[in-house]
Amino acid sequence: MTDASPVAATVVAPEPIPVVRADYLPVLLVPALALIALPLIGSTTTWVTLTIAALAMGMMIFVIASGLTLVFGLMDVLNFGHGAFIAVGAYLAMTTLLPLAGWMQADSLALNLAALGLAVLVAMAGTGALGWAFERVIIMPVYGQHLKQILITTGGLIVAEQLIHVFWGGDQKPMSLPTALRGAIVIGDVAIEKFRLLALATGLLVFLSMLLVLNRTKLGLLIRAGVENGEMVEALGYRIRRLFVAVFVAGSALAGLGGTMWALYRETLTAGIGGEVIVLVFIVIIIGGLGSVGGCFLGSILVAQMANYTGYLAPKVALASNILLMVIILMWRPQGLYPVAKR
Amino acid sequence: MAEALLTLEGVHTHIGQYHILQGVDFAVPRGALTVLLGRNGAGKTTTLRTIMGLWKPSAGRISFDGREIGGWTTPDISRAGIAYVPETMGVFADLTVRENMILAAQTGPPDAARLDWLFGFFPALKRFWTHPAGVLSGGQKQMLSIARAIIEPRRLILVDEPTKGIAPAIIDNMIRAFQELKRDETTILLVEQNFRFAEALGDFAVVMDDGRIVHSDGMAALARDSATQTRLLGLSLEAHA
Repeated sequence: MTDASPVAATVVAPEPIPVVRADYLPVLLVPALALIALPLIGSTTTWVTLTIAALAMGMMIFVIASGLTLVFGLMDVLNFGHGAFIAVGAYLAMTTLLPLAGWMQADSLALNLAALGLAVLVAMAGTGALGWAFERVIIMPVYGQHLKQILITTGGLIVAEQLIHVFWGGDQKPMSLPTALRGAIVIGDVAIEKFRLLALATGLLVFLSMLLVLNRTKLGLLIRAGVENGEMVEALGYRIRRLFVAVFVAGSALAGLGGTMWALYRETLTAGIGGEVIVLVFIVIIIGGLGSVGGCFLGSILVAQMANYTGYLAPKVALASNILLMVIILMWRPQGLYPVAKR
Repeated sequence: MAEALLTLEGVHTHIGQYHILQGVDFAVPRGALTVLLGRNGAGKTTTLRTIMGLWKPSAGRISFDGREIGGWTTPDISRAGIAYVPETMGVFADLTVRENMILAAQTGPPDAARLDWLFGFFPALKRFWTHPAGVLSGGQKQMLSIARAIIEPRRLILVDEPTKGIAPAIIDNMIRAFQELKRDETTILLVEQNFRFAEALGDFAVVMDDGRIVHSDGMAALARDSATQTRLLGLSLEAHA
């Protein structure tokens, strides 16, 4: 490198700095949907309860879906086997909680949370390890082949469900909430279930942590760059495969966390728990914009709002209403609410 | 001619059923700027992508500084000191200019003195430092793409058509930047269709046609030989004067 060039510089007239406008329009869908639901529901108390329930459910869906959307964004991998991590995570948590029944039934919030924390740790470690093996054995041979990915990952889900039957039995398992998280907090006429508040806080914590990692660390920069143009990330000297495996393992661990939360929310557990929620998860990552964590967060809340409001107003069309929501959003924004720029 | 830093011997590349490179042989001398010329579809971009490991050669040898790199992965090739500026520029639109530069620096945070040196050629990058790269104009994106490739000293820089669709004033600054790199004896392999740009910078010229090298000589000699230009490239420098 030398200092000032002896070759005359051509002065290029400075171009005006463009104003970067934040796109808040999709965010407004959340209050808009809530306001549309209010007169239909009629009772303000019920509406508040349903809205808080929707936010809590949205956070659980987000925890499950966030890893899947990054996996798709980074390597174009359609993993229909994600439901296996949800189910295995929930079963591992249930198994961990069995010998901790004393802590779960104690009147101490600290002991209750310690038991749940331990169960979540085991669930996340187990599903993270399972995710690593799943990626090596099932995903790696079918990179770039979407049809084979769909077939083999669906097959992986079926095998995982059958293995759950073998190890834990095929009957429905109870998954009780700890003593301190049972019941509701009553504010005025509104009753808010305590576990929903915990789910809300956990989901927000995961979202904020992901934002921190994605925006403030080099690993996060690499993930964001990889979602946009993996080939260029490799040309800059980084191994996108290793990055993908790390994201896949983290996404599987988050699905394990989400599965645990979902089972506690339902208070029962079957091998098909992953399949129950995976349809909503795919709707979320499609309407959010494939590979977009912000879009996934927003999509989770919207899907949960639709599920809760229509579940109350017209239970038979709850799932159909979410498919309708997806169709409307894709007609408005075909790439999803917050599409990721792809090369 | 100086000792070769990069050598291709009988390199073949298939993309799906298409046989694109059909035995490419040429050398890139150390410390010089070699221009790779040819008509559209001749195989120039495929040659750069094959060197970079983005497409695997189906036969032949690619040697970089005496080491065979034909079977290496793209990150290994990059870490060996080869930078790549693709035709599509490859900027990360959702990342800021600063974040794009941070990712390009392999050994740590970007060096402040090196950044100042780059801002001397490409002042727009300083102005848009905290802006998403997606808001930059085409010329500014090209500046960022080149700046990213030279944020740290590299041993070989592969540049694919940097002047395509770029304003003349920005091209002049690009010429300055490449001249500076040449003075530092950085080796450059440049794919270019803009003959004025190629002539201003090139030490050596290699011409491709139908996936093979059909001419290899000094750039000055080719620039003087309008008959060869017309025969190989379907143009002459006079037409571009």
